[in-house]
Amino acid sequence: MSVLIEVENLTLQFRTDEGLITAVENVSFSLNKGEVMGLVGESGSGKSVTAKALMHLNAGNAVYSPQSKITLHTDDGPVDVLSLRKPSEMQVVRGGAISMIFQEPMASFAPAITIGKQMVEQLQLHGTMSKAKAKEISVEMLDRVGISDPSSRFNQYAFELSGGMRQRAMIAMALSTNPKLLIADEPTTALDVTIQAQVIDLMKDLVEEFHMGIIFITHDLGVVAQTADKVSVMYLGRLIEEGPVRPVIRDPKHPYTQGLLAALPKLDDLDAPLTPVPGDIPSPLERPPGCVFHTRCSKIVGDICTATQPVQLETEPEHRVACHIYGGDAA
Amino acid sequence: MSEKDILIRAEGLSVGFKIGDGIFNKQILKAVDGINIEIERGSFFGIVGESGSGKTTLGRALLKAVPITGGEAFYKDDEVDLNLTHLEGPELKDYRKRAQLIFQDPYAALSPRMTVRDIIAEPLEVMGLTKSREETDERVREIAAKCRLNLEHLRRFPHAFSGGQRQRISIARALVSGPQFIVADESVAALDVSIQADVLNLLKQIQQEMGLTFMFISHDLSVVAHTCDHVAVMYLGRLVETAPTRQMFKGPRHPYTRALFSAIPSLDPDDRGTAQKLDGEIPSPTNQPPGCKFHTRCPHAEYQCMQEEPRLENPGDGHEVACHRWKELMDLVPA
Repeated sequence: MSVLIEVENLTLQFRTDEGLITAVENVSFSLNKGEVMGLVGESGSGKSVTAKALMHLNAGNAVYSPQSKITLHTDDGPVDVLSLRKPSEMQVVRGGAISMIFQEPMASFAPAITIGKQMVEQLQLHGTMSKAKAKEISVEMLDRVGISDPSSRFNQYAFELSGGMRQRAMIAMALSTNPKLLIADEPTTALDVTIQAQVIDLMKDLVEEFHMGIIFITHDLGVVAQTADKVSVMYLGRLIEEGPVRPVIRDPKHPYTQGLLAALPKLDDLDAPLTPVPGDIPSPLERPPGCVFHTRCSKIVGDICTATQPVQLETEPEHRVACHIYGGDAA
Repeated sequence: MSEKDILIRAEGLSVGFKIGDGIFNKQILKAVDGINIEIERGSFFGIVGESGSGKTTLGRALLKAVPITGGEAFYKDDEVDLNLTHLEGPELKDYRKRAQLIFQDPYAALSPRMTVRDIIAEPLEVMGLTKSREETDERVREIAAKCRLNLEHLRRFPHAFSGGQRQRISIARALVSGPQFIVADESVAALDVSIQADVLNLLKQIQQEMGLTFMFISHDLSVVAHTCDHVAVMYLGRLVETAPTRQMFKGPRHPYTRALFSAIPSLDPDDRGTAQKLDGEIPSPTNQPPGCKFHTRCPHAEYQCMQEEPRLENPGDGHEVACHRWKELMDLVPA
């Protein structure tokens, strides 16, 4: 399979009044065409910031380290995303090769413009498409994502649709530009379980049909197990574990991933106690030295955890973990 | 055990909101419609349903935060026996300290301009429950310690705290007036998984230590399964199924409950696509379908379901269900 996007040594800091805040530190991963990657972590772990970096979409106070490199492979050859400067250049990634779906569909649609007008507008922005053609594609896409009576929905406003319908319309809008990579940031978190199941199903169908890569950002490991081919777990801006979905979910290596799974209430064993990961995620202003997780870790092996950052080790093919338990010295 | 000790009882409880303006456009939106429940003292009672099912409105009606427009509700503890339906004046004031609410979003529920101490102390001051500042402080410290907040925390403002800590502050504020009945409305929904378990354990511990009665409103079935003794499932303002938690999770009887269960994403990557999917969405409460409210989405609906609304029936084992066909379905489609 061919590589779609490669992220190498991504380090991203934000300039704020309180100083430089590190949001993402030394993150590397790659995604193939037609592959679904689940990006997991709690709030503040840097997962959304990482995803936005792929579209060069972070705010003006973002500082990328010189080593950071993001390469997107388009049909016209590789694009170095972080070197793009002018808005016109960035159209290659923004809405061109990459589309994004956000968590809150109500906040993503303009409230006073019809769904259809917004869909047509973004299609025309990216090419010399005629209005009639753009409308045709939009209605077709609305139909494809399971919205009944698409031509009348086309003329409705976002508030007239229910939550599930709105998220479908969002997906239709994101897919109408025919992206190579779809970034879905918590697309089902605001939905009810029955609607979530429908949206997950739809997304699975769409991967097969359009053969694009998907980065699925979520904190719900159940959703990951149901959708992803591979999983990356982030904590406080670092990638602490990654691998194919089966080994990561069934036999997690990092104490944080293990903790996340243990904290989930399970339906097949109601007597099992709920084990929280102790403590809270530290403020990004007070990043712990050494392994970023050591302040909450119950399996500290020694001073090395508080002093040196663990490097990524491959414990089995494709399954990598950054933890001192598995040996390996700091780089 | 002698007679059951019921703290909260609702009989045909309904809540309607007037919507629309003008003379010709008056409509009543029935958010909660004819609910009968009994919440036993010292229990953890779960209410489950999708958005729009009326679960929050039911909780608020029992707290007298929205007016009850039909039926009756009662509250009975060792000291008082109240009919909530027409509660007002001093009696309502008295009820306020006996029944409290914990909100969903700990970021929105706490005033950013008050210290944690003032946030927790406010209910005591408003209700005039303490006589001196010393007494207030002592009460605040005591309840804060129960919620694992220390003296240092009390001096700070909410922005300095993480989601889990903020939710513990909300819990302390709800508990400070010494209530018997607590409605926890989606109290862990806004929290990360790793923190969620911590708050759930805290709620359970407090409930057991202080002998409180909880009504736990949630859309997350696995959370409910782990915390509640009894579960009630709501759909479009009606109760469709209620049972002790274990019984319900072992054999859900209503097709809606079954669909809800199977829609929970499985943690097993090889168990994809086995869920029985529910089509469509919950209908608008202003435009309710006739007959069984669920028939528009039910895969087993028949002519009778479209004509006649099923009543909640109790087959004698405490596992009540409102469905015309549940018995045949139990044999036909094993859960």
